[in-house]
Amino acid sequence: MQDLSGAVGFAEVALAVLLVGVGAAVSRYRGLGLEGDVAVATVRSFAQLLAVGYVLAFVFDGRGGLTLVVLAVMVGTASFTAGARARAIPAARLVAAAALATASVGTLGVIVGTGIIPLRARAIVPLGSMVIANAMTTTGLVMTRLRDDLAAHRREVEARLSLGQTAHQASLPWHRAALRSGMLPIVDQTKVVGLVSLPGAMTGMILAGAPPLAAIRLQLVVMYMILGGNAFAAVVAGELTRRRLFTGDHQLVRSLRRRPM
Amino acid sequence: MADRFEYRQVWVDGDDAPIIAGFDATIPARGLTAMVGPSGAGKTTLLRLLNRLEDPDRGEVLLDGTDVRDYDVLALRRRVQHVGQVPVTFPGTVADNVRVASGPGVDPEELLQRVGLPVSMQDREADRLSVGEAQRLSLARALAVGPDVLVLDEPTSALDATSKAGIEALVRSLAGDGLTVVMVTHEARQAAELADHVVEVRPCRT
Repeated sequence: MQDLSGAVGFAEVALAVLLVGVGAAVSRYRGLGLEGDVAVATVRSFAQLLAVGYVLAFVFDGRGGLTLVVLAVMVGTASFTAGARARAIPAARLVAAAALATASVGTLGVIVGTGIIPLRARAIVPLGSMVIANAMTTTGLVMTRLRDDLAAHRREVEARLSLGQTAHQASLPWHRAALRSGMLPIVDQTKVVGLVSLPGAMTGMILAGAPPLAAIRLQLVVMYMILGGNAFAAVVAGELTRRRLFTGDHQLVRSLRRRPM
Repeated sequence: MADRFEYRQVWVDGDDAPIIAGFDATIPARGLTAMVGPSGAGKTTLLRLLNRLEDPDRGEVLLDGTDVRDYDVLALRRRVQHVGQVPVTFPGTVADNVRVASGPGVDPEELLQRVGLPVSMQDREADRLSVGEAQRLSLARALAVGPDVLVLDEPTSALDATSKAGIEALVRSLAGDGLTVVMVTHEARQAAELADHVVEVRPCRT
């Protein structure tokens, strides 16, 4: 079996940029106005990945303790991104950070604790990044969906509060819908994996020359980790978002109450 | 006669200007009190302070002489039932709606009769009711909790003339049953015809 892991040099990367040229050309001839973005994306991806490559090489070279720092930077950046989308929620970035930290600690804790994967930077960093990237989408979805639904159904929420229901009870139908919307994409993806797409970890291993059955075993672990990570993130994001949108006295926060209907 | 509620120098801040500025009033324990004033005077906000859907930024609201914030908020809300301007129905049947928060020993059929809905309607999906019927259902659901006070925000504003007269008669009879009823209206006529007491709410000068 031919191993491609060492076959791609910078000259080959430069050749692959030809394909980016196709993207730019389409944009140019069809007047899409995306040439600038394509150029920025190409340069950014190159710079970012090159930097990450050096960082990972540095960490893997006997500096495993830095794994925590790498994961913290990933959680921080993802929290910023997910939180920015849910700006209308007070302390949105902290909510997102708590959700993503729980997702990574929870899943990595289980797979390392049970001995599925060894405690090594080379394993923890890429697996953690996949969990965090997926949980970021879920977190953003759950937070924005819950907030938007409570705002749109303010009258019904307040009617429930008026009957003496707690904030938890009064928001339950929308809380549940938000968790579902956050969880469904990964559940669907897990159902069709292999039939619709060959996911990244498996593709990478096969390209690197691993036997397909070894590749799918790792991929299964990755999928289940992502599913579990999304569940952790959804639960924490939903719970904390709800707490940010009600006062301790079971009132909707002012920003939701005063919104014109 | 004892006062049920008292507003003492109540201020509620808006985004730019105050919504309520130094409001004082009392609401007696017996009968129907109408809070009358033009749109935008802050009547809805004043009602929402009674069951603590909101709190004042300054000043206090007393219930039976005690600041409403000193009661357990969930118990307070069960005691002071608030029905909003636009009727809200919950998913499920009419009977499900009545039972959502009903106290012990509540008979849904009896309550439906009390608010003038036919008992045969109890198995109907609540989202299929007319606006007038839905408003009656909202009242039945509030009564099922077993409140001392009924707080109504423009209960007839979304209704046609016939439904409106029906709800007015119902509200009047509930006040006759010994409940404290507080109703917000922008119609001076409605206040004059229905209410035992009238509290005027003037818009804040901006």
